[in-house]
Amino acid sequence: MNAATTIVIVLCLAALGYVAGRLRANRVAGNVASSLHSRSGYYGAFVAIFTALPSLFVLAAWLIVSPMVINSQVFDSLPREIQALPDTDHALQMGKINSIAQGLEQLTPQDEARLKSGAVDMRSLLGEKGVAIAGEVEDYMPAAARKLSAMHSASGLYRTFVIILLAAVGLMWSWIQIKPRMRARNSVEAVIIAGLMLASSIAILTTVGIVLSMVSETYRFFTSVPPLEFFFGTVWDPRFAAAGAEDSAGQFGLIPLLAGTLYIAFVAMLVAVPIGLYAAIYMSEYAGQRLRSVVKPLLEVLAGIPTIVYGFFALTTVGPFLRDISAQIHGLAFGEVSSFIQAQSVLTAGLVMGIMLIPFVSSLSDDIITAVPQAMRDGSLGLGATHSETIRRVIFPAALPGIVGALLLTASRAIGETMIVVLAAGVAARLSLNPFEPMTTVTVKIVNQLTGDLEFTSPQTLVAFALGITLFVITLCLNFYALYIVRKYREAYE
Amino acid sequence: MNMMSEAAVEAAVGAKTTAQPPIKMQGRLVNVSYGDNQALFDVDLDVRLHQVTALIGPSGCGKSTFLRCLNRMNDTIEGCRVKGSITLDGADIYDPSIDVVELRANVGMVFQKPNPFPKTIYENVAYGPRIHGLATGKAEMDEIVETSLRKAGLFEEVKDRLHTAGTGLSGGQQQRLCIARAIAVSPEVILMDEPCSALDPIATAKVEELIDELRVNYTIVIVTHSMQQAARVSQRTAMFHLGRLVEEGATDKMFTNPDDQRTQDYITGRYG
Amino acid sequence: MSDAVTPPAAVAGTGIQKRDIGIKRRYAAERRFRAYGLIAIALGILFLTALLYTVISKGYTAFQQTAISVPVTFSEKIIDPKGERAQNPQALMMANYPVLARNGLVRELGIDPKNKKLVSAAGKMLSAGSRVQLRDMVLADPSIIGKTLPVWILASGDIDSAFKGQVDLSVDQARRQVDDQQIAWMNQLAKDNILVKRFNTGLFTYGASSRAETAGVGVAIIGSLYMMGIVLVLALPIGVAASIYLEEFAPKNRWTDLIEVNINNLAAVPSIVFGLLGLAVFINFAGMPRSASLVGGLVLSLMTLPTIIIATRAALKAVPPSIRAAALGLGASRTQMVFHHVLPLAAPGVMTGTIIGLAQALGETAPLLLIGMVAFVVGVPASPMDPATALPVQIFMWANEAERAFVERTSGAIIILLGFLAVMNITAIILRRRFERRW
Repeated sequence: MNAATTIVIVLCLAALGYVAGRLRANRVAGNVASSLHSRSGYYGAFVAIFTALPSLFVLAAWLIVSPMVINSQVFDSLPREIQALPDTDHALQMGKINSIAQGLEQLTPQDEARLKSGAVDMRSLLGEKGVAIAGEVEDYMPAAARKLSAMHSASGLYRTFVIILLAAVGLMWSWIQIKPRMRARNSVEAVIIAGLMLASSIAILTTVGIVLSMVSETYRFFTSVPPLEFFFGTVWDPRFAAAGAEDSAGQFGLIPLLAGTLYIAFVAMLVAVPIGLYAAIYMSEYAGQRLRSVVKPLLEVLAGIPTIVYGFFALTTVGPFLRDISAQIHGLAFGEVSSFIQAQSVLTAGLVMGIMLIPFVSSLSDDIITAVPQAMRDGSLGLGATHSETIRRVIFPAALPGIVGALLLTASRAIGETMIVVLAAGVAARLSLNPFEPMTTVTVKIVNQLTGDLEFTSPQTLVAFALGITLFVITLCLNFYALYIVRKYREAYE
Repeated sequence: MNMMSEAAVEAAVGAKTTAQPPIKMQGRLVNVSYGDNQALFDVDLDVRLHQVTALIGPSGCGKSTFLRCLNRMNDTIEGCRVKGSITLDGADIYDPSIDVVELRANVGMVFQKPNPFPKTIYENVAYGPRIHGLATGKAEMDEIVETSLRKAGLFEEVKDRLHTAGTGLSGGQQQRLCIARAIAVSPEVILMDEPCSALDPIATAKVEELIDELRVNYTIVIVTHSMQQAARVSQRTAMFHLGRLVEEGATDKMFTNPDDQRTQDYITGRYG
Repeated sequence: MSDAVTPPAAVAGTGIQKRDIGIKRRYAAERRFRAYGLIAIALGILFLTALLYTVISKGYTAFQQTAISVPVTFSEKIIDPKGERAQNPQALMMANYPVLARNGLVRELGIDPKNKKLVSAAGKMLSAGSRVQLRDMVLADPSIIGKTLPVWILASGDIDSAFKGQVDLSVDQARRQVDDQQIAWMNQLAKDNILVKRFNTGLFTYGASSRAETAGVGVAIIGSLYMMGIVLVLALPIGVAASIYLEEFAPKNRWTDLIEVNINNLAAVPSIVFGLLGLAVFINFAGMPRSASLVGGLVLSLMTLPTIIIATRAALKAVPPSIRAAALGLGASRTQMVFHHVLPLAAPGVMTGTIIGLAQALGETAPLLLIGMVAFVVGVPASPMDPATALPVQIFMWANEAERAFVERTSGAIIILLGFLAVMNITAIILRRRFERRW
């Protein structure tokens, strides 16, 4: 019996338990609801929970653990020389055995007969059944596969039996527990709160997952490339050379990527900060209700557009536009038409990323400027300051910590942005100060290293995780500091 | 009723009229509305030179609204309309030829809650002179700051920490800092909107004492909730109720022998 | 008020004291400052307009596709020359269907069938997608073999571009994809209403294809829908549960503080990092299939979770304490208070936050690239375990194609994506307007 059916049975038992619990609660209360501690529904829920939760928990554990146990037992039964192979080959062999086992289960008696008579070999027979085997079927494999299937079906049988027994026992036990003064509601609520708590820890688990997965892969990367070479290397050249070839590792210098990332983010901030800030100031300080109700949603539209669309915009419009206009300018200045801005360049990516960031800067600063108490404005205006003097000399300095926080958050966004730079910045990892030429970023290289056919053991792919953790740490620091500033700022004015 | 109030007052007070100082600011038929809500109805009020004029009345009676009209702080509120005329030294302050910045430089304001800027004490006081370009050098600025703080009676308390944050002072000190900030621009009129409502009694006493001293050099209009305060600091008192000026006159007369029953009731604490 | 009663000396008629406080200069500065603000806003709106204009002007033509009505003779000689279809059904699969279409067109244009060059040029006007189209017709109803039927066959991508006026005809014909002869035929067919633009349903139904005219976002839309479904099923309940715990039950201590900081921080982690997480945990560690919408949905759920939690907490916070006090005062337990009173009142805020989170997830590209959703998927995925792509990923893949017809498709796909997002966001706005409560 498969796991899904077992789950359905357990859930049916739980539903049964609910009804039984309610009935019993009513009966022990002599149908006088007020003599029960909780409403009868809670007793039902109590029974249902004790029926379903433990057995489903055990089922989950079983599903995770049993394949591991079975695999290791099957593996132990393999011939010595196979066991002596390196780790990567083990996975391959086990994969094959697994597929064979899958295929064998689908064979009809006739097929078995054909196989025995030698009329057809196993690989092509399984191929007919839609199970592709990667490579030849070796002699020891069918036996291992049969052992595997046998263990699987045995495990399935035990599992079904144990789970359903557990559910039934839970049902009986909790059903017997029901007495008028039993605090069923409290128990049910405790379970609910435990569930809520579990949900809230998912966020922590995500972070832990991010850190663990990246640290372990990065560690593997550092076993083949020394950290110093990675962090301080100035050349990025991860040759996808043939395995085993001399010098196949290539060079993995982070510096050019980091420089490109920061340079592009800097250009983006150069575009986004003045525009976003001035727009925010105008909207929060000058604009009337009417203008605000039109402009604010429009800028929010800018924020809602997916970054891939910005990337496309950069690739098909902004890049060619800058290239052509630079050619025109060059023509006017020197009489010879040649473009000095390339279509994919730091400028293109930075400009478009800046446009994307405008609404971030403006809405974050808008919130912060509005949070400056009206009393500050009154105090300054009451002294005869003009509106702009009030803004520049009182409101802006008062809001500065918050705005710095907002800008740091924006910068972290710029550094982590991927799609725009993938399409508009280019792939050449170079150290250059010329904003008219392409540079590349950390995120571009993560994407480049991890798309296409990959093998998860080569430094060429593992480097993506080292890049990822670098990116994560940088943005984490920026975010932490920014959130800290913004939080402090809010406290100051609350 | 309002139309005759002044004449009635002048007549009633009799002999005192002759000693009346000249009028500094004058409101005539002032009507203010916020959107569809009218907050002030046909208010006529004179503010006389070097006197403290107290505006009293129950909450929401329009006294603060009137005060904010005197230096056009109401301009900053969206949907606020002011009709009628308010003059400063005979010039209509709502006339298009009058510049609001210039007006506010001459009619300063101190607010209900102390609102020092998040800057140093020195910078708070220097802010006004700096934006108006009143000081030509550092020395002159230092002098303006010092005299203003002295006039506000704060200098001795803060002279050793002029360059620490103004927000670090106590409530009463903050309010005196705000007064010093207003003085530093050397206005002619200072408007105070319940300047002591956020202060404890001792700080209040200090500020009241200060107001009395400032009267020598400035004309002061103060909104207050406290009858005693109005009696202590002001020479003239105006009573507002439901957006109308009920009665206006010399403070001692208002508190001893008011003409209007509502004033009587308010002063004796029947409502308010 | 008559002046007679006012003492004449009372009003000092000197006017407002004039001091030099640099009014002119200061007002000039004021005007400049305002102008900067207006310029900033104008620039923002200009950029938005430029972006939308680019996409729409390049993409609106993608919703139409040129098709040619060709009288196709399903000649047995070509489909099944050996007459073996009764024994070997494979024969019908392998037949050379494009020749049928080409012959039809050649007849229609009145070209000499022996002129190889002209015949081949005419054949290039038709999409190679005719193979699948005609094959499916024959497989569905083998009795049409031997008959002649008019069939709408898509024009090739180049003819489509030319017919839409996107090909610069002034360029020497050797340097463009369509030659003058083909243009002439095109115009002739168009005049007879045999070659027309029709609504492009294929854009919504086809999967990946190396030919622009038969490429569509069908697979991508299905993939995106699967992922949105997974996000909704996972992120919404978990997010709401987490927010309820943090807002209503959690003691204020270090641990909850840590969770709080952590959630705010996760909301700002670059999306590509979630892709790396998905790759390492779901694919490498848990052994889930690459390119599957299941993995994409899981990654996007983790990414959307902070957004939903932050929105839900704000909505819960907005419910006034008096409601809670009232419920507790009647003897409700905290859990009852939350589930009977607070949560229903916060529901509109939760919905709005969820929709915005979903919209964010729908537009996300980078993490999906890393978990292998850049696959060339032709067939519609039957389940979330099957390889699929997503709308934004499809856009990314097409954006890298140089052909004019693909640029048009890319923009068309962007319009579809923006359309989805607009619908979601407008729903969120309407929900907010409708149910927003001010306490």
